[in-house]
Parts: sequence; C-alpha cells; structure tokens
Amino acid sequence: MSAKLAISRPAEGAAGKTGTWRTFRPVVDREACNECGLCRQYCPDAAIDENLDIDLDYCKGCGICAKECPKKAITMVREED
Amino acid sequence: MLMIGTGNKAVALAVRDAKPVVVAAYPITPQTEIVEEIANYVTDGSMDARYIPVESEHSSMAACIGAAATGVRTFTATSSHGLVYMCEMLHMSAGARLPIVMANANRALGPGWNIGAEQSDSLSMRDTGWLQCYVSTAQEAYDTAFMAFRIAEHESVLLPVMINLDGFLLTHITQPFETVDPEGFLPPTNTPHAIDINHPGGYGTLTKGTEHFRFRWDIERGMRDSVAVIQEVEEAFAGRYGRRYDMVEEYRCEDAEVVIIAMGTLGKEMEVAVDILREEGVRAGSIRIRWFRPFPAIDLAGREVVVIDRDYSFGFGGVLANELRAKCGCRPFSVIAGLGGQEVTYDDIASFVRIRTEGGEHWFGVDA
Repeated sequence: MSAKLAISRPAEGAAGKTGTWRTFRPVVDREACNECGLCRQYCPDAAIDENLDIDLDYCKGCGICAKECPKKAITMVREED
Repeated sequence: MLMIGTGNKAVALAVRDAKPVVVAAYPITPQTEIVEEIANYVTDGSMDARYIPVESEHSSMAACIGAAATGVRTFTATSSHGLVYMCEMLHMSAGARLPIVMANANRALGPGWNIGAEQSDSLSMRDTGWLQCYVSTAQEAYDTAFMAFRIAEHESVLLPVMINLDGFLLTHITQPFETVDPEGFLPPTNTPHAIDINHPGGYGTLTKGTEHFRFRWDIERGMRDSVAVIQEVEEAFAGRYGRRYDMVEEYRCEDAEVVIIAMGTLGKEMEVAVDILREEGVRAGSIRIRWFRPFPAIDLAGREVVVIDRDYSFGFGGVLANELRAKCGCRPFSVIAGLGGQEVTYDDIASFVRIRTEGGEHWFGVDA
C-alpha cells in the first residue's frame, strides 16, 4: 500500500472465503458443455480455472456463467442451509 | 517574449510552455478562449499534446484523472457551473493525489443567470484538497499557471492546483505580458503511485476506518508542506525570470493602521484606493491574498482590517472574511462587493474604508 494512495494488488482470498456469501450454486452438466470457455471469461471473481472447474471457495453464486453459457450447461441450484 | 493578450491567452500560453501530455476540456464562458487557444496550438503543432474534447466538465476532470494516473502532465480549464459540475471529480483528483493543473474563470452561479465575475464558484470548492491561487494580471496569470505545474508535481505536494482569474475583468482584459524560456524549469513528472501496467492493482481502493484517516492526513500534510514548495518555486522563478511572487502581495503596509484585504482583480484595484486614502492622511495599506489554499499566515495584530469578498457563504458571511476571523483572530469590516460583475471602482473601495466599523458587514449596493 502506497503512502499517498490506497493501492491493492491481486491476491487470492484477500477478502476471505467469499464462497460463503453464495445463495445459489452453479452445477455444470459436463455432457452438455462444449468447453467454449465463455463462463471463465465472464466470471467476475476469476473463480473458474483453465479446466473450467469452478472454485466454490470463492464463487459467490452470481449466476453470470449460467446466463452466458450458450449450451445452457450450467444451472443454479439453491444452497441448502 | 513580449506579448499583448487577454488573461485567457496568457494562461493558454503558459500551458503551451509547460508542455502537458493531455488536455481534456469542455468550453464555458468566460474560460472558452483558453481551451480554444490550446486546441489551436495542438492543431498547428506548437503543442505536442493529446487534446480530448469531452461531453461535460465532470468528464473533462475524469479524463484528466485517468491521464494523470498514468503519470503524465495534464491540464484543463473551466468556470462557474462547469466547476461545480465537476465537484465530485475535484475530490477524486485530490484524494488520488494527482497533480492536475486547472484554470478557473471566476464567474457567478445562477439563477439569477449571470456570467460576470464572482468567486463563489471556486470558494465553494474550498474543501476539496485543491490548492487555490487567485491572480490579478495577465502577467501573473501566465507566471502562476506555469509555476503551478512544478508546485503540484513536487514530491512533497502531489496535489492538484487551481489558478483562478476573475471572469471578464481578467479573462477578457488585454494587457502586455512576457512569456519565458521554459526550458528546464519544470522537471519531468514523477508520480510515485502512477499506474504500472506490469503490476496490476486497484488504485484508490477500499480503505476502512482503521486506515482512511491516514490518507486524509497525508493530504493535509501535502497541503502544509506546499507552503514551502510554493515559496521555493516562486524564488526559483524570480531568480531565473526576475518576477517575484509570494503567498500574498502587500502594498504600503509597513506603517499601515488599516489594511484592505481582497483577492483577484479587486486586490489590485485597491492599491489605487490606498494611494487615495494616503493623500487624505489615512495610513492605509493593502494585502492581496494570492494563495487561498494553503491559507497564508498573515500578521494583522494592532491593525484595523477591511475585507472585500466577491462571494458569500449564505447564513454566515463573506468567505474570505470568515477565514481571516478564524485564522488571524481579527474582527474585520466585511464588505460584500462585485457579485456577478457588479462594478467596484477604487473610489468605491476607498469609501468602504471611510465607513468601516469593527466587525461590521456592508453589502455594496444594498446598504446604501
């Protein structure tokens, strides 16, 4: 952090395990997935890796991946309490 | 080089000579000539800058912020409604410690609609963290706008600077002035927190209550340190170019029993009033405040004070009078004069001194 300006550098988990904020969990149908990678590009939390596996420690369940998936291969399922 | 031109032209030439990399601007009367002139310099090649015409003043300051965040020299100009429209971005630029230089043509705010001179616009931006200087001649406008870059960009300051010139009374008045050989006077910019694309990060990011105050304090520290930097730069300017400036300009003050205090063109006009009063046997002097932020230390002990405000803080008083009450412990005779370009002559100023009462307030044109 600079003395003149607050600067944050990218770091894993700086705000804790944000996956605990999730209400809906993305569930991927690997049979329907054609591995286009749009979900990974759109994920605002960089929670989807190069193998298109979703890191549920940090996925906040925003559903953007499900919205963007052209194959409708991702469904959002309510988390159980 | 000796030039004949308006206050606006003087500012534009100072900016040309300071060689900013980015100028983003939106035109507004009575400032328009500044950004028109700069656009001409960019077009004819006498300035090697990127000129960004934007859709609003909020955007012009936002564009300057984006450019300055990469570490390059930036400039914009505005006035009145344009200035208050960019208010949020003024806080942003000072908070992000970006040494942007801006000229503001002091103009009334409406309604009632008015494009005449008034300093209520910039004075209502008092607490944004911008340094503010009020100039009184085309020469001073040129010199101060040129020096402003070195002051703003100094490592001990790193805060934006606003150069204020009275609308029409200075922006549109043609006077002779000298330009300087700028070579080597302004060091290259060196913004320690400039964006580094090889090390991505969030700039001006979230700060909690446990740390936010540290950044606020550092703005104040920069503001306090800027006094010495201003004096150092003005001294260097005087040494090289021969024209001397200070936080304030005093006139016949040594033995003065009553001093008149004002900013901008009124602060020059009142020197004639001082001469008139001296001939009447009144030991008068004047102090023209150049730098309003940081506010100068002025010793007024044992003197009567007459303050002229071309502005007003509704429900309290003239802004400059308020600052002097708080900072210098005086009880000035506060005159509110010149609002919206209301004509104020040196004879009027002399008459304010003749009717002074300690702690009184006089609205010129309202109170007889």
